[in-house]
Amino acid sequence: MKDQKKKTTARVAANREIAPGIYDMRLETDLAGCARAGQFIGIYPADKSTLLPRPISICGADRERGQLRIVFRIAGKGTEEFSAYREGDEVKILGILGNGFPTAEAAGKSVILLGGGIGIPPLVLLAKELREQGCAVTVIAGYRDDQLFLKEDLEKYAQVYIATEDGSAGVKGNVLTVMEEKALRADLLMACGPMPMLRAVKGCSETKGIRAYISLEERMACGVGACLGCVCRTHKTDSHSHVKNARICTDGPVFDAADVDL
Amino acid sequence: MNTKVRIAGVELKNPVMTASGTFGSGMEYGEFVDLNRLGAVVTKGVANVPWPGNPTPRIAETYGGMLNAIGLQNPGIDVFLERDLPFLSQFDTRIIVNVCGKSVEDYLEVTEKLAGSPADLLEINVSCPNVKEGAIAFGQNAQCLFDITSRIKKKAKQPIIMKLSPNVTDIAEMARAAEAGGADAISLINTITGMKIDIHRRRFALANRTGGLSGPAIKPVAVRMVYQASEAVGIPVIGMGGIATAEDALEFILAGASAVAVGAMNFVNPYATVEVAEGIESYMKQYGIQDIGELVGAVRE
Repeated sequence: MKDQKKKTTARVAANREIAPGIYDMRLETDLAGCARAGQFIGIYPADKSTLLPRPISICGADRERGQLRIVFRIAGKGTEEFSAYREGDEVKILGILGNGFPTAEAAGKSVILLGGGIGIPPLVLLAKELREQGCAVTVIAGYRDDQLFLKEDLEKYAQVYIATEDGSAGVKGNVLTVMEEKALRADLLMACGPMPMLRAVKGCSETKGIRAYISLEERMACGVGACLGCVCRTHKTDSHSHVKNARICTDGPVFDAADVDL
Repeated sequence: MNTKVRIAGVELKNPVMTASGTFGSGMEYGEFVDLNRLGAVVTKGVANVPWPGNPTPRIAETYGGMLNAIGLQNPGIDVFLERDLPFLSQFDTRIIVNVCGKSVEDYLEVTEKLAGSPADLLEINVSCPNVKEGAIAFGQNAQCLFDITSRIKKKAKQPIIMKLSPNVTDIAEMARAAEAGGADAISLINTITGMKIDIHRRRFALANRTGGLSGPAIKPVAVRMVYQASEAVGIPVIGMGGIATAEDALEFILAGASAVAVGAMNFVNPYATVEVAEGIESYMKQYGIQDIGELVGAVRE
């Protein structure tokens, strides 16, 4: 079923800093009812000098309470504004956007989730949904240092391994270092993180012959597929323009790694 | 109260349309607004063959505006005729197809293929700043603009609107060249060429280096150019550039625009088009305006 998209007002139910520059925000909105892992919302800063919605991944969706959970890093003026929001503040959001991870395809399989930095938040909802599908879920979370935000949340649904760039926690290195060192195997890989990590995951998927789904990011304007701002190179002809340039906001953000050219 | 306007003999139920490139062919924003409420939908530019567009990043936000350098990614006229036009034909709105090309022959091929189609009007894109060949090259020199206008006019079965670039010294001269070439209407402004630099990475924000500036930041420039162009020609002028609200749209109408288009602000407020149409009606009620035509070019000293 196709989700109805809308721009709506959400109420901030909570917002707190969970690591330096990383915020955990709960938003009351009826959009929580249709959110799936790997999808995102656009959040509009109130600052009138800005125009565009900031695409932020969904970390959790509490259908009963009608709450979306997002965890974001301050990356500019928009996210800096969001970081100051307090309970009761109102915010304009656009959603639900994007395709999400193919959790139905993963049913009953073993899945390794790989997350790097601010790519970790969507893996919380993903791990939860995969557990509900009867999957054996392993998460490898890569951080800069020992600020291991969301680790406890991930541990509710998965066996969690940690990699840190500075070696202050878990394995020193990146998420693929952990995969090699621990000789982890699975039927499927799902990943979200910075581009170098996603390239490595794509390479690993090809070498090991394991299908990988990766979530991509790009500068976006509309978020709904109209402006063609956020495209990625694909091997197959894309559905919109037939030029092998798929729209990350609507055809993605999650793609089969074998289908995209990074 | 009459909100209907006529552009080259084609009647629009109200003066509000979409700016090319910001609204696809209506499918995406059709989830947010009732397309039947719009005077016209102006499609994303379509060429004779599919165009892949530019590398990313294609988008950068600026103070009160945004830069884009999409590079006219489009599926080509054949897919467009099979998919996009049948979609738009389901709605009670006028269809304006934006036509782009690298050479005059490209434009003519698209124009001819649209001959028997449900397109009501053609908007000829001679003002996109983001492609290396064609487009703006035809729109920055009065003689070139006159030539391409007259060649397309000879082949076109629908009335043609020439979409003008603001990246010129004298917009009145360009407006007159389009009119002399046989244009049935002109639309302006396309985006203003701009640049943004990321000082931390010391790189261009856009892969294309330059992009087209749109959004509220450009509105005063657009209103001025619409005023100058409408003073210069007798054909209808369609005004656009940073329109977010009915108040913005009314400035363009008072400056001389017979119709207006909402562009980048669709990204900010997906309901903007319909809100602008409703706001214009409220303004007409407030000031007892019987016919929207009374407002066109009605600005006074």
